[in-house]
Amino acid sequence: MTAHRLPSGGLLIDRARPVEFRFNGKPVKGFAGDTLAAALLASGRTLMGRSFKYHRPRGVVAAGVEEPNALMCVGEGPRATPNQRATMVEIAPGMSARSQNHWPSLEWDVGAVNAAIASVAPVFSAGFYYKTFLFPRIAWKHLYEPVIRQSAGLGPAPEGVDPDEYEHLHAFADVLVIGAGMAGLAAARAAAEAGARVIVAEQGPRAGGRLLSESDIEIGGMPGADWAAGEAAALAAMPNVTLLTRCQGAGLYDHGYALLDEEPKEGPSRRLWRVRAKRIVIATGAIERPLAFANNDLPGVMLAGAVRDYLALWAVAPGREIVVFANNDDAYRTALAAHLAGLTVKAVIDCRAEAAGALPEAARAAGIAVRTGMIVAKAKGGKALKSVLVAKRAADGRVAGALEEIGCDVLAMSGGWSPAVHLFSHCGGKLRWDEAQAMFRPAPERGAPTGADGEVNTFVAGAANGLLSTAEGLADALAAGARAASDLGFSAVAAEAPSATEPGMTPLQPLWFTPSVGKYAHGTKHFLDFQNDVTAADVELAAREGYESIEHAKRYTTLGMATDQGKLSNINGLATLANALAAPIPEVGTTTFRPPWTPLSLGSIAGRDAGTLFKPVRRTPMHDWHEANGADWEPVGEWRRPFTYRRAGESREASVAREVRAVREAAGMLDASTLGKLLVTGPDAGRFLDLLYTNMMSTLKPGACRYGLMCNENGFLFDDGVVARLPNGDFLCHTTTGGAERVHGWMEEWLQTEWPELKVHVANLTEQFTQIAVAGPKAREILQPLTGMDLSASALPFMGIAEGEMAGIPVRLFRISFSGELSYEIAAPAHRGRALWDAIREAGAGQGIQPYGTEALHVLRAEKGFIMIGDETDGTVTPQDLGLSWAVSKKKADFIGKRAQERPFLSHPERERLVGLETLEPGKRLPDGAYAVADPAAKTPEVIGRVTSSYLSPTLGRAIALGLVKRGPERMGEVISFPLEKGEVMQARIVDPVFYDKEGARQNV
Amino acid sequence: MSDPVTATGGARFAGSDCAISDLGALGMVAIRGEAGDPAFAAAVQAETGFALPPVRRFEGEAEAGLCWMSPDEWLLTCPYAEAEARAGRLRAAFGGLHALAVNVSDARAAFRIEGEGARALLARGAPVDLAPAAFGEGDVRRTRLGQVAAAFWLGRDGAFRLVCFRSVGAYVFDWLKASAASGARPAGF
Repeated sequence: MTAHRLPSGGLLIDRARPVEFRFNGKPVKGFAGDTLAAALLASGRTLMGRSFKYHRPRGVVAAGVEEPNALMCVGEGPRATPNQRATMVEIAPGMSARSQNHWPSLEWDVGAVNAAIASVAPVFSAGFYYKTFLFPRIAWKHLYEPVIRQSAGLGPAPEGVDPDEYEHLHAFADVLVIGAGMAGLAAARAAAEAGARVIVAEQGPRAGGRLLSESDIEIGGMPGADWAAGEAAALAAMPNVTLLTRCQGAGLYDHGYALLDEEPKEGPSRRLWRVRAKRIVIATGAIERPLAFANNDLPGVMLAGAVRDYLALWAVAPGREIVVFANNDDAYRTALAAHLAGLTVKAVIDCRAEAAGALPEAARAAGIAVRTGMIVAKAKGGKALKSVLVAKRAADGRVAGALEEIGCDVLAMSGGWSPAVHLFSHCGGKLRWDEAQAMFRPAPERGAPTGADGEVNTFVAGAANGLLSTAEGLADALAAGARAASDLGFSAVAAEAPSATEPGMTPLQPLWFTPSVGKYAHGTKHFLDFQNDVTAADVELAAREGYESIEHAKRYTTLGMATDQGKLSNINGLATLANALAAPIPEVGTTTFRPPWTPLSLGSIAGRDAGTLFKPVRRTPMHDWHEANGADWEPVGEWRRPFTYRRAGESREASVAREVRAVREAAGMLDASTLGKLLVTGPDAGRFLDLLYTNMMSTLKPGACRYGLMCNENGFLFDDGVVARLPNGDFLCHTTTGGAERVHGWMEEWLQTEWPELKVHVANLTEQFTQIAVAGPKAREILQPLTGMDLSASALPFMGIAEGEMAGIPVRLFRISFSGELSYEIAAPAHRGRALWDAIREAGAGQGIQPYGTEALHVLRAEKGFIMIGDETDGTVTPQDLGLSWAVSKKKADFIGKRAQERPFLSHPERERLVGLETLEPGKRLPDGAYAVADPAAKTPEVIGRVTSSYLSPTLGRAIALGLVKRGPERMGEVISFPLEKGEVMQARIVDPVFYDKEGARQNV
Repeated sequence: MSDPVTATGGARFAGSDCAISDLGALGMVAIRGEAGDPAFAAAVQAETGFALPPVRRFEGEAEAGLCWMSPDEWLLTCPYAEAEARAGRLRAAFGGLHALAVNVSDARAAFRIEGEGARALLARGAPVDLAPAAFGEGDVRRTRLGQVAAAFWLGRDGAFRLVCFRSVGAYVFDWLKASAASGARPAGF
């Protein structure tokens, strides 16, 4: 037992299960159920981190999700997770936690020099970075930013691959209730009793919320905590209820979509629930506000409610001598709880002139000194609180009279409570200022989230709805739950709220700022935002400098922009700004809360999309063969295609050259399965294709193929491929690999939105067929023995189609060529693709057949001057630019792009057009994308063209390129210049783009 | 003739609360036509033995049946060896109707998913309400699983059948396996 662990009590801890963990390398003992913060406090540690900017010593302020200071890195190595709130992490045997943002150690931190400097000069005041590092511009990137990045920031990112498992889960509910405190439990029960399917998500380990910590609330004649336990048990037993703990409501989105982030007890490290709910009840309670007095960030200064939590939930006394500083009755509960726990309550400092409520009276009756009309002017201490200076508060809010020093190690502060309206705001819920309670609360009458049907689908209940009293909150929550269910047609019986008793509360007095005494001194800071080290003076400075909008002041000072999104600082900050501007708070307004409620781990967001499942890779039936045979993979769309098949010791260039030569001299085989294959059928199929392609397709005879081009409405070429008219009259349109889905979508879009009268069906058969190209002078002799079909030129001429069997597999042969060689593309059912591949490979082994990859394919087609979508086209190139006018019909009345191509600039003679390029140095390849200029010596050379494809041609033994050059075809033989890096200029001669076999003799055999 | 080889080649995985297996080559015929055209409906019924199933429903036993796919599309599932012939017979039966039947058996991978944890497994990747009251026998969804398109239905034998594109069959199997591995069932499933 430590000095700070109370001998009894602690609702959440199991004293029978001691747990040892390590903090900054040293062993610490706690109990199962302790949070890191509770166990560290119990061990007597109050210093838990250093602040972000000034590296000031910081202790824990809160007991829950709103904690700004005690951020720790939990776990080691690749499992390390930075910026974990010590108040939310439950300790486990062997756990390791480290404090952050300090060097070399938490106790002796070099960065604290910032704070020392800050005591004499306004370093790191609001806008410091903007003002100081503005000039010279270049220094920001190379000097200032790297240095600042080193010394700023929170925990470091873990190193290595996270071995933990993360998963997503889609879930559906009639009613989603976020928060299982009193209001959440009541709302869930009301909805569930009516028969609705309910999901309840509680971020803590146990349902009950503040009922677990408050000893003076009775519901239904029993202590609040017992009532909560009973309700939670009842809900858990209902088949239509899913009650989740350790699961935060992370974000609300359109139409009832919500994200919940669960830390399950078993299974994955995190589970992200993606919930679609018809109705949502937000019951997220309220967050206590700190008070802004000098040095209010000293370790030992805590929220009053948090002090009660540590006493009640974990039997931890954060200190031995306590002073309470408050503007409301609720904080007296802390004085009473501390007193009851045997701690010394030195005084309650209440800024109100009078405190006559039930709780102050109870405190007085317990012998606690209640000092009204007073404030805490300053906290004193080094790394921990030693004492507070208190004084009378004058009517104008200033400190009056003599200062009195009271020794204490805990100051429990309370500035009132702010409803946790974050989730309501995520999806557009509006707020209003409640003057009497000094809080922003939901104002659904001004705007509330709606479902797909336009009906309001989100309600806020209990303290989150601004109803801080037990009885009101309970009734509100029951009504919200019943309303949610009855909206959905469930007959909700209006349950009578159980009786609720608690001490009556008298009104609070807003207290946004407590002035220091004497001369204003740097170093006695009034912190508003603990995590981002933003002080009241920063906000006032921003106001003086003209940042009057809260949105501007926020960004200028970084108030509320830390990982806690200003859970403690927002209201105090905007009240401070309102004071500085002498404007009412509602006029200053609030900033917008955005998801997530608390930071989500990147693992939660990624879910399963990590490692080998990061991105699906599409595989052809031959993928494994390629893999096993040296494939140098290239991503093409979502596919992987072999770039080349490298043999042992072979360079990539040599491998490509070998494959090209194999095709030109013997035969090559290519896995062309990834090509898009779209079946177009129906009585209007021909008419439809005539509209889509630039050339005529309706005249294609069954059994024949035709190369076709597709343009967009602007006349630019976007896909090409061979259209096959199958023997049964159907059209099979081949597309580029990357274009299959796009062209399919394009066809459906035109059919569904523009030409619904056309009777056409399109089926995407891309994956139904494996396609193998066999190209080369020996292609026929290799294939003929495998099939009974007659492959002779007379029986199956160029651009012909045949159907039959090959190696016992049903196939369709297309005599088409992208290499300029005798070539067959053989389509077979995908489940038999690998068998066909193997059969052809074996059949051709004697004739030297070799598999070839995409790079050899590119070289082969470039040698023939065939264009490649994506190389020769970039969305600004027309078929005419590429010398493909022969494939653009002049007879057709219309096709997509026709009208656009008639615009003057698309038929302008100065347009860049396709040419071949031969470098004057034959062995030297032009770089892809190199620009041609009219005069490389000119100061600003005029660009006259560019390289679109460039290869070393093994066939021709020289470098070749395709390019787009102004008036290109008119400049045959001209030598043009390509300025490269470092003054080098390459020269190339404009030639015909068909470098090899211009007559096409090789493919017409 | 060589045997058909599926994308995952008969892969299986047995988790603690569910089992995943490659269904092997499954015959599939995509059918498109006008749902409201009695001649079309009659032709489909005559050739398949099933009336056109309504929205998001599967008619049939085990792997063989007729599946709703979209307002003008259905999927006939049958033994692999029959698919080509059945597509041909359907097209013949359609005669002059504007309707399509085409064999797509090889374009897809098909899996069987069964066991107590099957619903939770699918719910990890598909935005589908898989509560028994919301998704019962004969219910079908075309949806997504992880990052890819998928469709599944629940058979009368209590096992799910899932189909996806062949090229991502390995991804889907690996995804299912990884998601089923821990066997930790989320609350409510």
